[in-house]
Amino acid sequence: MPHIALPEGLPGITGGFAFRPETAKPMRELAHVLLHGPSALTGGERELIATYVSSQNDCYFCQTSHGAAAAAHLGKDSGLVDKVKRDFLQSPVSDKLKALLVIAGQVQKGGKHVTAESVETARQQGATDLEIHDTVLIAAAFCMYNRYVDGLATWQPQDPAMYSSMGEHLATHGYITPSIEVVPT
Amino acid sequence: MAHIQLPDGLPGIRGAMAFRPETAKPLNELVEILLHAPNSLTPGERELIATYVSSENDCYYCQTIHGAIAAASLNDDESLVKKVKHDFQNADITPKLKALLVIAGQVQKGGKHVTPEAVAKARALGATDLEIHDTVLIAAAFCMYNRYVDGLGTTQPRDEAMYRERGKRVAREGYVTVSKEYLPATV
Repeated sequence: MPHIALPEGLPGITGGFAFRPETAKPMRELAHVLLHGPSALTGGERELIATYVSSQNDCYFCQTSHGAAAAAHLGKDSGLVDKVKRDFLQSPVSDKLKALLVIAGQVQKGGKHVTAESVETARQQGATDLEIHDTVLIAAAFCMYNRYVDGLATWQPQDPAMYSSMGEHLATHGYITPSIEVVPT
Repeated sequence: MAHIQLPDGLPGIRGAMAFRPETAKPLNELVEILLHAPNSLTPGERELIATYVSSENDCYYCQTIHGAIAAASLNDDESLVKKVKHDFQNADITPKLKALLVIAGQVQKGGKHVTPEAVAKARALGATDLEIHDTVLIAAAFCMYNRYVDGLGTTQPRDEAMYRERGKRVAREGYVTVSKEYLPATV
């Protein structure tokens, strides 16, 4: 049961968003710019970074919904998403994305864990300053979203069909509009 | 030296925000609502929560600037801010704020660390659902801002007067207004 009285029937962060629309607006906009807005990184790559960080933070709702969004971007390859979560260095993603995932994993542990060496490796693999910036901020932002979702003890149903439909919506439309129909009660 | 090429002369999060105005906009709007907009928790109380979490995350820039904003909101009581960072249970703050700081500290460790007991305690001391929500989100948001500031290796000058001065301005004018000096007029 959630720690506070969140609107019923809304899974994960959508419950927190409906409870407090004022904070939902910039939180949606931030996710939209980072994961869906124009970027040299593909939507699939950015969703994989979000999924990996959410997995490291052990947030079921976030890693499953963003994993579904990543799969929707990547030709429904949920096997790849699972590999990235478990052992991205052995997964068939680009060396540049591997280097960015290393940085994301360091941010997840704490900002000071990011090393000059890992940034240099990413740069050698072709990452630009903007891509490194966005990787750091995606990882940092998911340290917020994950804590928000689990810190309120939101409802996180284990319903693969729901996450798959959310993932399709997020991959297609981004984060400004709700991915879950809010049924008026 | 910062990990990426950030604009010169803008310490901490300001350099990162000037580098990427598109993300600066929602980042400033979120902190404005959480810490500066009208709320049943005072700005001083909310800034203390932000300062405490930033201190737990060992982010020098964030704990110093938010500590300065907190002090500016609390009759310039800098010693109270220090006490809250080091030992809030024995600080001269309300039992309700202590209970909210316990929740914030749990969020800092990880969302699953928040216990029903800590929430029940805060509620018994008068905290509303909205106040508990905002405490969780302030703590979560500072786990983002702190990582953003340190994760880019931003410049963080050891200059207390600079933070004190800016803290007074932010306490008075809010985050969005003050950010206009280093962000383009339209994004």
